[in-house]
Amino acid sequence: MSQLVIFSLLNGVLYGMLLFMLASGLTLIFSMMGVLNFAHASFYMLGAYFGFEISRRLGFWPGVVIAPLLVGAVGAVVERYGLRRVHRYGHVSELLFTFGLAFVIEQLIEMFWGKTPADYRVPQSLDFVAFRMFGTDYPAYKMFVLLTAAGMFVFLIAILRRTRVGLIIRAALTHPNMVAMLGHNVPRVFMLVFGVGCALAGLAGAIAGPALVTQPSMAADLGPILFVVVIVGGMGSLAGAFIASLLVGIIQTFAVAINLSLSQVFGSTAPPLLGDLWAVTVAQLAPIIPYVLLILVLIFRPTGLMGTRES
Amino acid sequence: MNRILRFLAPWLATAAALAAAPLVFRSNFALTTMSLIGINVIFALSFNILLGQTGLLSFGHAVYYGLGAFVAIHALNAAVDANLGLPLPLFVLVGGLGGLFFGYLFGVVVCRRGGLVFSMITLGVGELVSSCSFILRSFFGGEEGIVTNRTGPGPFLGYTFGPQMQVYYLTAAWCFLAIVATYALTRTPLGRVWNAARENPERAEFLGYKPETLRLYACCFAALFAGIAGALSAINFEIATSELLGSQESTLVLLMAYVGGTGHFVGPILGAALVTYMQIRLSDLTDIWQLYFGVAFIGVVLLAPGGIAGWVAMHVQAWRRGELARLLPSYALAAPAIAIAAVGAVLVIELTHRLFAHAMGQSTLLRIGPLALDAQSAGPWALAGVLALGGGFALRWVWPRVRQAWGAAASGRKGSAA
Repeated sequence: MSQLVIFSLLNGVLYGMLLFMLASGLTLIFSMMGVLNFAHASFYMLGAYFGFEISRRLGFWPGVVIAPLLVGAVGAVVERYGLRRVHRYGHVSELLFTFGLAFVIEQLIEMFWGKTPADYRVPQSLDFVAFRMFGTDYPAYKMFVLLTAAGMFVFLIAILRRTRVGLIIRAALTHPNMVAMLGHNVPRVFMLVFGVGCALAGLAGAIAGPALVTQPSMAADLGPILFVVVIVGGMGSLAGAFIASLLVGIIQTFAVAINLSLSQVFGSTAPPLLGDLWAVTVAQLAPIIPYVLLILVLIFRPTGLMGTRES
Repeated sequence: MNRILRFLAPWLATAAALAAAPLVFRSNFALTTMSLIGINVIFALSFNILLGQTGLLSFGHAVYYGLGAFVAIHALNAAVDANLGLPLPLFVLVGGLGGLFFGYLFGVVVCRRGGLVFSMITLGVGELVSSCSFILRSFFGGEEGIVTNRTGPGPFLGYTFGPQMQVYYLTAAWCFLAIVATYALTRTPLGRVWNAARENPERAEFLGYKPETLRLYACCFAALFAGIAGALSAINFEIATSELLGSQESTLVLLMAYVGGTGHFVGPILGAALVTYMQIRLSDLTDIWQLYFGVAFIGVVLLAPGGIAGWVAMHVQAWRRGELARLLPSYALAAPAIAIAAVGAVLVIELTHRLFAHAMGQSTLLRIGPLALDAQSAGPWALAGVLALGGGFALRWVWPRVRQAWGAAASGRKGSAA
């Protein structure tokens, strides 16, 4: 039992930290620009594929460094030449633009790398057992992902709390118009924030790619969960996004590990019409748990856990 | 008399066109395509109640389409088993009511928030329902889906609904009803208040309309018509699978409505017809047709947010003012540039596709009719590059003139257009 709890907790925190690497960028972009970036998970996928391609040619470490920079550059270009143009048509058009972009990125990745999963492997230097507990190995690579995500978290906090750029960004989180009034070049800050947000997503993809599966559907699988995280945490709240990321990560990982069904609790004869529900195990329910959480939060706390803004 | 005729004319024309279409396009292919277009027209119109009328962007609209199909198919199978003798056209309505039921059920949660949050919640609910379809197997039928036999209820007024022709007329009849009903809805006070909530939610609220309730009504009506479309699809294909309520269908309906133009009533109708037809045609021509759909969608968002209907409406206005001729010179300049750039871009995309398909063990030859271009030789690439770049630069040069002409036509100013 304690084995299950410790490993699920570790994996859950790992998954949650990965989610936060994406959710933080999404939240920053949304708070500052009012743009809901539907393609955010697609930038994560781009990071994984760029990392894969570079690791194939130059090795894993150059990939982890270059891929996020490339993704950040792509993000900045998208902001400069795409989003900035649709901005005048309103937020729904911006959302539609990023939606179309997500669609195109998925099609392009299928065109360049095929529909089957890419063979993005853990590098040899990290391919060993970190520790052994209760007779189960914990791979070093997962520890590496966890530490990178935690390092990024500290880095982000440091930038936001200690630098001038962070000051402007934090000001823009709550009073975007006032920041513009004070004479800051808001379009350039937007491009920077969008690029950095995308680069963070790219970094998450480049390091998560070998641990999870690098395939064209990875963006479509993660995207909706990312939105759940942002709403549950409260739109525009970084702290909320952090809590919600960990919450969703841990709950989902625990659910996957529990093989219990109603028939085991109440006996194998199901009441009429509920035969399906009786046989379903908690593990099978894992994919829908984030969405159930979303609905519960919306019913009991429509602004999200830490949110103050209505939209 | 004249006024009544004027009011009725577009509707009579629509009905006549729907009735006469199979007499003009007689092939089997045309019949199945037209049935599909009829279904998608209803689906796209239902989507536009949300996006166009109320300003709500839903990423999970296929949920009601799919659930409508499943409700209709289960009702149909149950009615046939119990020998109730109910006619087939009735089950379309049953599907619609099923959509309405789920529209209300989910709407209570989904409609709590407006704006961008609404979009994200609809995405979440869409994922929730499509994930559930793999858990609740006896209702959704797992991977195989639920099958039915549309001739099961027996003949209705002498029609068995076995032949595709009769299914087309069933679809066309419901399509006409749906067009009339959704149009009537835009003329009701409720439809007008939806517009108000879209334009200025705060002010609508001050007038005493609760935005949440307005959203819920819009959601219910949209789900009703989506359910009708889903039921027709179930009858047309005699099967309902969990793909019907997945994200692909939700994307497709958004594409149809937006490309057609959400600002005009006819927009989704045009979009549904065009996208359905292109989907069938393009998928025969190239493997990467979805990429073109995505690029076209982004193009519409960036360059023509009014969609096809918005573009046509602009020209109709210019024509009414007698200024259409002023647009023509700039179009004459732009058309060849656009055509050359498009051919070049398509060539580049297709050659790239061939080159990468080669890595996955396919041929590098790009076949266009009798022509075969090898993606591994330089010639086709040079041709594609010259066309794309040449067309692109020409377009860059011409485009300001087109814009100027548009501006002049829109404002009715005098001035040199070309």
